[in-house]
Amino acid sequence: MDFLTSILTITIRAGTSLTIATIGEILTERSGILNLGVEGIMLMGAISAFAAVFYSHSIAIGLLTAVGVGGLLALLHAFLTTTMRANQVVSGLSITLFGTGFSSFLGQRLGPASNNFRLVGLRAERIVPLAPEWVKQIPIISAFFNQDIITYLVYILLPLAWFFLYKTRPGLWLRSVGEDPQTADAMGIDVTKTRYLYTILGGIMIALGGAHLSLSYTPGWSENITGGRGWIVIALVIFSMWNPARAVWGALLFGGINAVQFRLQASGTSIPANFLNMMPYIGTIIVLVVMTWWEALSKKVGAPAALGTSYMREDK
Amino acid sequence: MKFVFEKRKSTSVPALILVPLISFAVSLVLTALLLAVFGADPFKTYAAMAVGAFGTSHGFAETLVKAIPLMMTGLGVAIAFRLKFWNIGAEGQLTLGGVAAAGVALFMEHYFPGRSLLFAALFGGLIAGALWAGIPAILKTALKVDETLVTLMMNYIAILYSEFLYYGPWRDPKGYGFPGSRMFSANAWLPRIMGRAHVGIWVGIALAVILWLVLRRTRWGFELQIIGASQKAARYQGIAVERNIILAVMLSGALCGLAGAFEITGISHRLQQGLSIGYGYTAIIVAWMSQLNPLAVPFVAIALAGLSVGGDQVQMVMGLPAAMGVVMQGLILFPMLAGSLFTEYRLLIVKPEPRAACPEPSQE
Repeated sequence: MDFLTSILTITIRAGTSLTIATIGEILTERSGILNLGVEGIMLMGAISAFAAVFYSHSIAIGLLTAVGVGGLLALLHAFLTTTMRANQVVSGLSITLFGTGFSSFLGQRLGPASNNFRLVGLRAERIVPLAPEWVKQIPIISAFFNQDIITYLVYILLPLAWFFLYKTRPGLWLRSVGEDPQTADAMGIDVTKTRYLYTILGGIMIALGGAHLSLSYTPGWSENITGGRGWIVIALVIFSMWNPARAVWGALLFGGINAVQFRLQASGTSIPANFLNMMPYIGTIIVLVVMTWWEALSKKVGAPAALGTSYMREDK
Repeated sequence: MKFVFEKRKSTSVPALILVPLISFAVSLVLTALLLAVFGADPFKTYAAMAVGAFGTSHGFAETLVKAIPLMMTGLGVAIAFRLKFWNIGAEGQLTLGGVAAAGVALFMEHYFPGRSLLFAALFGGLIAGALWAGIPAILKTALKVDETLVTLMMNYIAILYSEFLYYGPWRDPKGYGFPGSRMFSANAWLPRIMGRAHVGIWVGIALAVILWLVLRRTRWGFELQIIGASQKAARYQGIAVERNIILAVMLSGALCGLAGAFEITGISHRLQQGLSIGYGYTAIIVAWMSQLNPLAVPFVAIALAGLSVGGDQVQMVMGLPAAMGVVMQGLILFPMLAGSLFTEYRLLIVKPEPRAACPEPSQE
């Protein structure tokens, strides 16, 4: 029982950053904007949150900094792809390249003089689990409640995002912009404004996912702390077929793979660590192939029809 | 008054050349601001970077050392991107190319006597890169699986596999715990021309010219151009779209694999840590700044290699993080992306009229 509870606790903790970023990316892609900058924004969210907490000793300031940084980077992507009509794939890749380089730069520059200006190896306040002591004693159930504030935020965002997307008017507007911007425009919806708004909102959630890594899951800063999680998020969006309610399954699957990997490594298996570390990446490819194949078979199209295309009223 | 973008009748050639140059300048200004924020003198830093990268024969040789893999992977990425196949797996293709070249050079000495070992190793790297790129190409054409993700995930797999080899079965028993294989026979070493820079630079430049000719002057190049513009149109013309995409992407992977084989046979002479240091990602910047034109790739590759060597110099001389160079490379892309609009569109300033003007007929 203890074993199961601990596996489940780690799974949810590992899945938190993935889930919140996946919900964010779903909202962005629903507006027709493909943001491949997730990895870069997560890294920048992670380092800015950690640095802010290190100096201010306040988790709130750390999270707010991540929100600001994520919003700004997403704004840049929105500007390039919407106003300047740049290629969405390349713009997203640029944000990832820039975020990877800049976070590494900041990690070697933002630290205190006593640590040679580096942030690596420093400790700061962490986000602690919220549950009271007596809840932590209950097997299984405690795994869900023995979590930090970002995980609780995910619990709220999951149903909320689903409800917003499928049951509210602004949610319908958002979906129509991603499906058919021309018609949406004719209906009087401001396509550009919608795309800006949800790209920025998505960027904020992605950055919070990064902050969860550096403040809770693997506290501290290390270069490439995300280890490709940003890319797994993009796969999870496809896995959940652009429905926030399904985001949780993919994130749990990958969180679970991480947890099993941890456990196997700790138990001293004969499988070389490198092959264990390949699991999430091989898993992503398999999931992608299966999902794409299944989508084709069931003739369901999950992707917003206008995903990745820029909209210009002038040249139809 | 209102700003409106109007589609040009044809791609603007001056914009095609000016946009990358202006982007480079903007990146210099942005980085200068960044340097000033962190209390470093931008002019001194840039001077140190320029001298470090191009001012001494050692520096210039090191710039060429980095330019070779950037050129090869940049060419590879450009070919795939021309077909709108977003191959971001150059890093993994380079890594596996290096692994295969090292494998041939280390263990197949008996089969390939004398200098033939070098050619076998290079060929091995080329094939490994092509096959590794072939997987996402087939998944994309047969099942429509998103290639961006597959190529990226395969990078991690390839890098972990190479680590497994040089930490595990291939590790040099006499290496005092050093993570790397033993050094292989000098028969498989690529001749050097200057410092550590090797003949790969000539191969890279020659390949750039050949690829440009193939894309411009051959039937196959023409077919690829149509596929890149519109797959639908290509199908109507009876072009075998799937087969051509697979072939072109495998060519892209072969170039990246050859880049890895060059690194192994030209620089390290063994498989060791430091083979995958991000050339495959910088290749995306190289390809995009070259506007996917192979002829421009060598110049851009040397310029970006200079930034990176200059960045290392700045670390030694001024104590700034070496990641500086990477940040600058990243900063080039944003103005480049914003500016690309002007190659296809022109900016018009429209005064409001009492009646809305008739929309222009479509140019597409």
